[in-house]
Amino acid sequence: MNRLRPGVIATLLSGLVAVFLLMPLIAVIPVSFTSRRYLSLPDGDWSWRHYAALFEDAEWGQSLLTSVQVGLLASFLAVALAAAFCIGIWMLRPRGAGLMTGFVLLPMVAPPVVSSLTLYFFLNKMARWNDIIAYDKLGGVVLAHMVMVVPYAVVVIMVSLSQLDRRMDLAAQSMGANVPTRVFGVILPNIRFGLIGAFFLCFLLSWDEIGVTLFITSVETITLPRRMWMGLRDNVDPSIAALSVLLICVVTLLVAVRAAMLMRKERSR
Amino acid sequence: MRAFLFLICPVLLFLGVSYLLPFLGIVQLSFTDPDPGLAQYSRVLTEDLPTGVIWRTLRLCVLVTAVSVSCAYVITLLWVRGSPLVRSITELCIMIPFWISVLSRAFGWLSMLSNRGLLNTWLQDMGLIDSAIQMTRNEFAVVVGMSHYLIPFAVFPLATAMRNVDERVLTAADGMGASRLRIFWQIFLPMTSSGILGATLLVFVFSIGFYVTPALLGGGQSVLVAELIYLWIFQIPQWGMAAAMSVVLMLGVGGILYVLMRRYGEMAK
Repeated sequence: MNRLRPGVIATLLSGLVAVFLLMPLIAVIPVSFTSRRYLSLPDGDWSWRHYAALFEDAEWGQSLLTSVQVGLLASFLAVALAAAFCIGIWMLRPRGAGLMTGFVLLPMVAPPVVSSLTLYFFLNKMARWNDIIAYDKLGGVVLAHMVMVVPYAVVVIMVSLSQLDRRMDLAAQSMGANVPTRVFGVILPNIRFGLIGAFFLCFLLSWDEIGVTLFITSVETITLPRRMWMGLRDNVDPSIAALSVLLICVVTLLVAVRAAMLMRKERSR
Repeated sequence: MRAFLFLICPVLLFLGVSYLLPFLGIVQLSFTDPDPGLAQYSRVLTEDLPTGVIWRTLRLCVLVTAVSVSCAYVITLLWVRGSPLVRSITELCIMIPFWISVLSRAFGWLSMLSNRGLLNTWLQDMGLIDSAIQMTRNEFAVVVGMSHYLIPFAVFPLATAMRNVDERVLTAADGMGASRLRIFWQIFLPMTSSGILGATLLVFVFSIGFYVTPALLGGGQSVLVAELIYLWIFQIPQWGMAAAMSVVLMLGVGGILYVLMRRYGEMAK
């Protein structure tokens, strides 16, 4: 059947929106090759100096390492907490399950600046007690990122649990399996793709997190976005253009590969 | 019962200690710092600086919401209803910016709009303007940057609504001789109104607590609520005021979300 396709006007307007969406991503490419120390277009002489600066400057490498550490730790812990919570809700179906889930999703819906202030307040208080989970410390950043990504992990794991056949767990239960056996032997292996998906989403979110990180770090623990922010806020540093070009290339590659895989899957059906 | 303690409680305890308690601390602070009573709230809601910032935020966020939702509507139309090739191209145009860091995107707009950026250089090379036009550090740049960030978020609820439109209704209208324009205005647009409402509220809620893009592209010239909270914490310490403003923000966003849930709850029935 020939369905109604969008007309010329809609296509034209969408084209404009598409240009609007892609334009700033393309604009960073020439800027990254400027030979000047400030934001400008290369006039004649293209230079790799800002790319070289990324690799030579130890600070960028240190921030990259910090971001990876924070991302891995926060995602792992967040997924563990979220998985336990979701499995608990799924198995026990306690009263007030909706209310508890709503509470866990709170950091996702609260305005980011309110969460930032809340975590700043918390880590500031913690700083009087200890040196690890505190303001401007690695543990503090990990904890703050955990708070921010836990709701997303809960959503992803809840979805994969909702597709799990409850009879499987009931069978295990009727054969006398105790709770740990049911969790580790039956449920966890069956939702492993949900767990992996949740881990990747959490890592990506933590990798990009800037709103909260800005409030809870100053000089010691600097994640990659935080360093980009410093370079953008003070003097617009073209190294960030070079870094942005690299990040944009990675994302474009991933999105394109995913799209190609989906198309092939559809065609093979 | 032991399963409940081991599975469900850890995350509740974690968020309770690191998120709920400090938030209550902030609420308490809003009533006590520097003077006990409602003084902070009356200052936030009557003094020129905060009320000016609140109004500017509301005005800009309404504008940003209108721009994002209309742009998103056009491109979603193509994404959902275009030919397979058009669909995959638009999908890339939506997904690539969506996964790119908010900082890279803000930097992209700086590269586009700043005095030595792409747009000014082009216009000068073509001889259309003599000296660079100031396009950053103002509300224009903030609206452009925020809309760019939020368009992909508006696409998802719109796409859901458009996919739910019954193809047969459109075919029937077409068969009865309605013009394309009439089919769009009188049938398609009303049938996707739930998606428009969802996208509008989602984008508005997102935009109102937004800090990074306005701070970078506004360059301190047009301060929004989130940036004012940041200033009150780090530059001119007025914790009570920041706390009161956060509580006001939380209540406002909570109210909007409540409306959204009610509305979607009614539609799901």
